[in-house]
This record gives sequence, C-alpha cells and structure tokens, in this order.
Amino acid sequence: MAVRTIDGSGPDGPDDNLSDCSKNEQMALVEKNASMDTSIGLSEASASDYVVLLKPRVMSLVVFTALVGLLAAPGHINPVLAGIAILCIAVGAGASGALNMWYDADIDAVMKRTAKRPIPAGRISRQEVLTFGLLLSAFSVVTLGLFINVLSALLLAFTIFFYAVVYTMWLKRSTPQNIVIGGAAGSFPPMIGWACVTNSVSMESIVLFMIIFLWTPPHFWALSLFMSDDYEKAKIPMMPNVMGPASTKFQIFLYTLLVAPVAVLPWIMGFAGPAYGLFAAAMGVAFIVYAWRVWRAPVGKDIIKPAKKMFAFSILYLFGIYAVLLGEILVRKALLLAGA
Amino acid sequence: MSNDRVTLTDKQKKAQRSRSIALALALAAFVIIVYVGTWAKLGANILIRPM
Repeated sequence: MAVRTIDGSGPDGPDDNLSDCSKNEQMALVEKNASMDTSIGLSEASASDYVVLLKPRVMSLVVFTALVGLLAAPGHINPVLAGIAILCIAVGAGASGALNMWYDADIDAVMKRTAKRPIPAGRISRQEVLTFGLLLSAFSVVTLGLFINVLSALLLAFTIFFYAVVYTMWLKRSTPQNIVIGGAAGSFPPMIGWACVTNSVSMESIVLFMIIFLWTPPHFWALSLFMSDDYEKAKIPMMPNVMGPASTKFQIFLYTLLVAPVAVLPWIMGFAGPAYGLFAAAMGVAFIVYAWRVWRAPVGKDIIKPAKKMFAFSILYLFGIYAVLLGEILVRKALLLAGA
Repeated sequence: MSNDRVTLTDKQKKAQRSRSIALALALAAFVIIVYVGTWAKLGANILIRPM
C-alpha cells in the first residue's frame, strides 16, 4: 500500500525514531499521493458518475419500450408489480451499460463522444465498474425472478449477457455486422415486458422485438456515416470503414424497406388499432424517403447532412410508433374501465 | 498510528458524501420495494403460514 511505504512504517508499525518535522513532511506526501493514487480507494467519483455508467439515455428508451410491451400484453398485472418489473428491466439495462463501459474503456478513451466517461476520465476504476455492473445485474435478475416470473428474469439475464458478452466483448471489435446481431440486446425489453404479464413469448412480442431489431442497423449506420473517423480511430469495424460508405448507404435503404412493413404488423395482427397502423405506415414511408436521400447522396462531405437528418428521424420514428401504440393501449384501457 | 491516516481533500469528502447518500437511498428503496412487492404479490396470503 502506498501509505505504509511512504510513512516509513513496515509490517511492524510506524518508525518511532522519526522527527516531528520529518513526520510532517511525510504526512504531506501521504496526502499528496492519496489524492493521486486511486488504488487506495480515495475516489473523487460522485453519485452522478455512477448514474452515467448506467447510460441513462439508453435506459430511458429501454424503459419506454418495455412499458409498451408490458401494457400491450393481454392479461392483468398488479400495478405495483408492473412498476417493480419496469424498474428491474431498467436496472438490468443500466448494468449492461456499466459492463459495456468496463470492457470498452480503452476504446472510449480515444473516441471524442465517449472520452469523458467516468473510466477514461479517471474518476472511477475499471474494477469498481465491473463490480457495480455485476452487482446490479444479479440484483435486477433475481428481483425480477422473485416478484414477476422466471421466464422474464431469464430473458433479462440473457439480454445483459448478450449486450455485455456477445456484443461488447465479441462482435463489436470483430465484425461490421456488430450492430446487426448486437442490436438484439436492445430489442428484448418489449419482449421482457410482455413476458412479465403473460409468462410467455408469443408472435406479438416477437413482432415488437423485430421492429427494434430491424430499426437498429439503419439508425447506427446513419450515425457511423458522419462519425466514421471516430470509429476508425478506435479501430471499431463499423460498416462504412470496412465495406465503404456506398455499400453502407445501400444496406441502410434495404433495412428501412424491411422495418417499415414490419412496424405495421401490430395493426394487421390485431393487437394495435388503425390509428397506430396508419401512423406506422406514414412514418415508415418517411423513413424510407430519408434512407433514399442518404442512398442517392454522393459519397464524401455531401453525405453528412442527409445522414444526420436520417439519424435524427430514426429516433423520432421509433419513439413515435411506440408512443402511438402506447397511447392507443392507454385509451383502450381507459375505455374499458369507463365501460366497467 | 495517527501517521497511517489519510486526510481527504474537500473534493474527496464531497464525493464520498454524495456516494454515501446515494447508497443509503438505494438501500432504502430496495427495502421498500421488497416490502411493498411482497404485499402486492402475496396479498392476504401473506398471513397464511402453514405450519
């Protein structure tokens, strides 16, 4: 330990022969070193740094989509238990975010967007983040299993595993298809929400999963088109760096062609109403138009503007269709209550 | 023995206090969740304890 070597004390205790003056000087050294050496546990990390580890923006989308899945599911769940379920899913998502930051600290340090995160900024050690992530994972999964059902707990555990191990540790650094497969992790929350009520995985919940799964590649590839330098610097094999922008643009367009009709399926399958169906169809057409503009834009600086516009619209798209679905569900439930 | 002690800087004290409060709140929240969740899940059955 730094303290014991600096103050002259060995395993048998402090050296009593030191003069007061010498002791003061050494104490100053201890204090100086204490502020620099995080290994002795004197962290300057505040609670808000731990909140950052949970990736609150990602968590908010997870909470939102899980809530939609939970409310869209047929059947009844006690509102208190529903709240606990959503909290567990949120904490589980936060835990996987922390594990992601633990493993990716090296590449976070070289990317502009992530360089100020708690580990690369030196406010929290990697070991602390690993412990924090594992602890939250265990608590969220066990609590969900105890209070809701085993299936939803297993799905949450699988989601954390998929994001932290399959995506972060394996796919992210090895293949340009990283976010295609890894996107599954972000697609599970509505399925978990559904399983919390029904204790099953059904076609409806798979459709809710597929909407997010097919939306993820065009969303992230649009981002990577105008952030490719950052990814290049971190040596992450994102699609534009590996296959080139032309191929990426075309694949973005293909994925929007897939996600647009899939997003209408909830209406066709009968678990969403016509308001949702028409809105999803209109948003799908707009999404395809944005992707078309990206595809037709010449490679180079001219791609940045349409790519940024498409990235912004992709967020609005997913949020919008899930919000309308949620609105419809709430109206339906309110009408049922009024009728009863 | 006093030489073994480390004096925290103001920033470290503030950060430690912030972490302690957050941890206390998280623990309190967890206790409440378990208590309320148990009532919600078991309801009146919570009083039925077969010997």
